[in-house]
Amino acid sequence: MDFILNRYRNISVLLAVILAQLVLLAYQVKGNNDVRLIRVWAVTAVTPLARVLEGFRSSTFGFLKDYVVLVDTRAENARLVEELGRLRMENQYLKTELATADRAQALAAFEKRSPSKTIAARIIGTGTGANSKMVFVDRGTTSGVQKGMAVVTPDGIVGKVLASYPTAAQVLLITDPTFAAGVVSEKNRVPGVLKGLGRGACSVEYVEIEEKVEAGEWYYTSGDDRVFPKGLPVGRASVVRTGKLFKEIFIVPSGFQRGLEEVLVVIEGVHQPLPEGQVAAEGSYAMPPPPDEQQSAGGSGQRSDMATDADRVRRQYQRIGEAQGHQFGGPGVPNFNVRPPQQKPPAPAPAAGSPAQTPAPAAPKPAGDSQQQAAPSRP
Amino acid sequence: MNDLGGHLLMETPRRSRVSRFRPAVFLLVPLAAVLFQVYVPLFVEYFGYLELPLLVTVYFALMGRKPVAGVFLGAIIGLVQDSLSHQPLGMFGIVKTLVGYFAASMSQRFDVDNPAIRLILGFFFFFFHQFFYWVLGRALLGQPIPFDPLQNFALGMLNSAVSLPVFYALDKLKDRGELR
Repeated sequence: MDFILNRYRNISVLLAVILAQLVLLAYQVKGNNDVRLIRVWAVTAVTPLARVLEGFRSSTFGFLKDYVVLVDTRAENARLVEELGRLRMENQYLKTELATADRAQALAAFEKRSPSKTIAARIIGTGTGANSKMVFVDRGTTSGVQKGMAVVTPDGIVGKVLASYPTAAQVLLITDPTFAAGVVSEKNRVPGVLKGLGRGACSVEYVEIEEKVEAGEWYYTSGDDRVFPKGLPVGRASVVRTGKLFKEIFIVPSGFQRGLEEVLVVIEGVHQPLPEGQVAAEGSYAMPPPPDEQQSAGGSGQRSDMATDADRVRRQYQRIGEAQGHQFGGPGVPNFNVRPPQQKPPAPAPAAGSPAQTPAPAAPKPAGDSQQQAAPSRP
Repeated sequence: MNDLGGHLLMETPRRSRVSRFRPAVFLLVPLAAVLFQVYVPLFVEYFGYLELPLLVTVYFALMGRKPVAGVFLGAIIGLVQDSLSHQPLGMFGIVKTLVGYFAASMSQRFDVDNPAIRLILGFFFFFFHQFFYWVLGRALLGQPIPFDPLQNFALGMLNSAVSLPVFYALDKLKDRGELR
């Protein structure tokens, strides 16, 4: 026995460790349980270091920027060329500061304006793995952040809290393939399910082909998922096309457009009304009758005998045969490439109110069933 | 065996030196690698393609030359990575366990101080790691994890290239009193 254990010690340990992890996986997947203790240990070990690094980085960069500006200030009196460079650099720096201030101001304004209770958080890390669409924020259970809370920016939704730890929280971004949320289109209130694609864009799924959705249309949260309050912007439909079973709609998320440094975690969500969008097509549209039918009916209100396309083709071949003096059923074949002479339609009857003569209403702008590219403007 | 073969393959398994490290190195280096993977891609997105925890696993397994130690090291680093991802615990754990085991086993056959061997092993284990992670994700979780062979080939080249300076830097952390 000892010999066997020693002989196969390595492979036995390997199998035992893999088996233990398979059991751990099965326990989590089967019962939808989470082994929280291990995660808490790992996150508590890593995120404080990330926070320290972030603090060190921001203070160091701030010091370096200040120092560079100071050197330029001294050199200002000596060399005019450096004066120009310094001013340009300072200008760039101020632009960056302004952008930062704008972002912070926008965040604060949104926080005040939004009826939902939110808390500001800072991104301090990303998830592991090359394709990870997950980030860590510096707010956790001690700040009241709980699993399942929505994470937004003033520009749109960003993700949802996947897990909350004492010092940090894990946020699943809306671009992750496992993310899903209920959304609704702006104009016709067409509901769908937002799903991540693992890259920059998202898709809206389960939208029936008959529904009217236009490229460039905005999508908002529907509030059905009980994570995101209703009425938060999601993004703009960049591509709308007809798929096999459902429409294929791709969304450019609006929440990331100013970068992802600061976010708001929605502590208590309050549903908001959806913005009033222009309804795409109202009323009904009566198409004009087919031209052949108009010609044969002559607007007299009589029913045409050219009921089908086959009838029209037969009639056309008859005209070709008559024009060439050909007797169908006899020898030879007429030249079907020759265009037959057009018959003059009979004069229209004077009777008024004929439905065929009633001018058709102006056709509305057709809905975007076929593939469309979005206009760049934001509504 | 010709000269080249003699350089790359070890004639007897135990002739190579077993490197030793201080316990703090085993703790801090993997932690730093995980921290790098979590923090640095925030500022330079392309650093997200570097799989430093994998390189660290491969390095310590190669240098330790003990499959059992490689198994446990890979499992622990993998589980820490799992803890920081949104996947169930065990995905990275299982893959890195296998990587640790095979790396330690290979170290008994190859001269792992040779840069060419390190380059090849770095590429091989990166590809193995990504492929096996994809297989596990599909088979055990049924998740649509993407796997692009060409992209992973390129990333494997990148990671193997990075592994050379990383391994070289880690060589500096070796304890001076190495076992022979």
